[in-house]
Amino acid sequence: MSIAWFEPVAAVLLIPNVSAAVLAALPGYRLTARLNVVASLATFLAALSLFVVERPQPGPYVLVDDLNIVFIVLNTFVGFTTSIFSASYIAHELETGRLTPRYLRFYHAMYQIMMFGMNLAFVSNNIGLMWVAVEIATLTTVLMVGIYRTHAALEAAWKYFILGSVGIALALFGTILVYMAARPVVGEGRDAMVWTLLIQHAEDFDAPLLNVAFIFLLLGYGTKVGLAPLHAWLPDAHAEGPTPISAVLSGLLLNVALYALLRFKILLAANPAAIAPGPLMVTIGLVSVVFAAFMLYRRRDIKRMFAYSSIEHMGIIVFAFGMGGPLANFGGLLHMVMHSLSKSAIFYAVGHIAQIKGTQRISRIRGLTVTHPVLGWGLVTGVVAITGLPPLGIFMSEFLIVSSTFARAPLLAVALVFGLLLAFGALALRLTSVAFGRPRGSSASADASYVPMFAHLSLVLIAGIYLPAPLVTWFQHVARLLG
Amino acid sequence: MQMHSLAFDISHTLAGGLVLISFMMLYQDRLYSLLNVFAIHALVLALSVAWQAFIQDAPHLYITAAIALVFKALIIPVALHRIVKQLGIHRDIEAVVGVGPTMLAGMALVALSMVLMLRVTAEAGPLAREDLAFALSVVLLGLLVMVTRRNAVSQVVGFMSLENGLVLAATGAKGMPLVVEISVAFSILIAFIVIGIFLFRIRERFDSVDVSALDDFRGERR
Repeated sequence: MSIAWFEPVAAVLLIPNVSAAVLAALPGYRLTARLNVVASLATFLAALSLFVVERPQPGPYVLVDDLNIVFIVLNTFVGFTTSIFSASYIAHELETGRLTPRYLRFYHAMYQIMMFGMNLAFVSNNIGLMWVAVEIATLTTVLMVGIYRTHAALEAAWKYFILGSVGIALALFGTILVYMAARPVVGEGRDAMVWTLLIQHAEDFDAPLLNVAFIFLLLGYGTKVGLAPLHAWLPDAHAEGPTPISAVLSGLLLNVALYALLRFKILLAANPAAIAPGPLMVTIGLVSVVFAAFMLYRRRDIKRMFAYSSIEHMGIIVFAFGMGGPLANFGGLLHMVMHSLSKSAIFYAVGHIAQIKGTQRISRIRGLTVTHPVLGWGLVTGVVAITGLPPLGIFMSEFLIVSSTFARAPLLAVALVFGLLLAFGALALRLTSVAFGRPRGSSASADASYVPMFAHLSLVLIAGIYLPAPLVTWFQHVARLLG
Repeated sequence: MQMHSLAFDISHTLAGGLVLISFMMLYQDRLYSLLNVFAIHALVLALSVAWQAFIQDAPHLYITAAIALVFKALIIPVALHRIVKQLGIHRDIEAVVGVGPTMLAGMALVALSMVLMLRVTAEAGPLAREDLAFALSVVLLGLLVMVTRRNAVSQVVGFMSLENGLVLAATGAKGMPLVVEISVAFSILIAFIVIGIFLFRIRERFDSVDVSALDDFRGERR
């Protein structure tokens, strides 16, 4: 029995590690790109098996519960589809000489180490280990953002590195404070960092210390989520790195930091004397939504535009979790999944478009549905999804969030809807010029892989029309866990 | 007075010394002198961590102290010295804000962290309380160094002093696990990312480590 439960977690962590070593050693693009896909698929399958095999008992380092299974499966799935997209994207980058084979090895190895870091953050039951894992994931993305070594890419990587390090430092300080709060109750040493033990004793913790800790954690991990006053790294990092990295940054890495934040939110909510984490998260989320919505109007770079859209959506999700309650939490979870799927689909489309047109300037891309119907309509569908139009999945999650907010705090709901409409306007405006109108720029045929994009979009469409009952019960259960 | 107060006083002095040296960093206007001050900062940190290892009877903390001493107080400053020399940037540091406002801001930050930490940690032991307050001051002053400098090398120095504050906090929290691992991870982070890759690349591409030069290449100019 012990082997039966341990394997999936070990596999989710070991496969990326081993394949990183192999990919760093092997030459040749075709082989390594395929190996990358195979390794990502294997990790995804291992993650899926978490559903069927018996869960491990929460140990000092590893925890599997209903909450993090959702994150792990989503993470490995998008990791897998992105690896398929990456294979065709990278082929083009090699042809144009933007990447050399040596850098490619580095890229693939880093990709797998990043997957490892993210999975480790999800399964860790130890708040120190979780911090280390988030750090690993961040550092690998810093390196990948700078991989083109152009002026702009280096600036983006430097900015990301500096702001990310400050975030990391604040989060560590918060983690130390949580330990200090837990030590008198749980006892000295390792146990005072184990999340499942912390949550059992949370009500006895020193509340003021916990409050300060949460402020630091919110600022620290919030930097990584890309919340409004701390978001400055995010648009640059998205715009200047390779597009597969933009897709995983938006779709996955932001979720990792969000997950860390949620764990501490649950911890704080378990202590009646501590401040309620909800209002803080609602405020910072709402500020992000409105701010990002305004910023969307001034974008001239297509990847940068969708990066701001990610800030907006992370704002919505943090807002939803801040509101709390079964309905808003359900909406937040669903929104997180839908956003990951549709935003990475958009980046798959944008990646190929930018390669064909040779530019990311919005003004130089016109009439995509005429010249490249598949990519063009894929992008249109993606943007329709991300702006929250029915019948796609994001409409449903946004509807849930807004309606549950209306029932409890109508004014907040009005502000949120205002932000959503603003963002919708900006994206619709840009989309019409990019997708329709007289074609401009190169109309060379695309050597693209459409499968990942349409896989994501059809999942989003299905979720918008019909959510399977087991999934609904699962999410409802997790929503209750989140309080 | 009492027996334990000597241990308390010494760790207090060392932690307070770190805050003082952080202040000294704020008004250094030459890169070389900034690096020297940072070396002293790391040295005091090493002493402080070693003292904590001694009074807490936690031998693994000596590793952290040794890392601080060898890596941060010796290797990094020497390496940065060489980089500065090679790049020929040993002229004045371009501070965004003047010395006066910076010092005032630093005092405000220290006052803030004292008020905040001493108030919220009323139930923790006095040693941990004041250690945390000092550590937060060092962290905030490190942040201040980072935002008031435009030069990549001095931003890195600011980050390292910030990280020293974190190590101080972690070692002050009695019995905290993973401290050694975290300090090793930070050292690797600093060594690889900062020196190896970023400065090398920035030097290669820009002939300058002035981060403001990077602003000209923003992806989004009209």
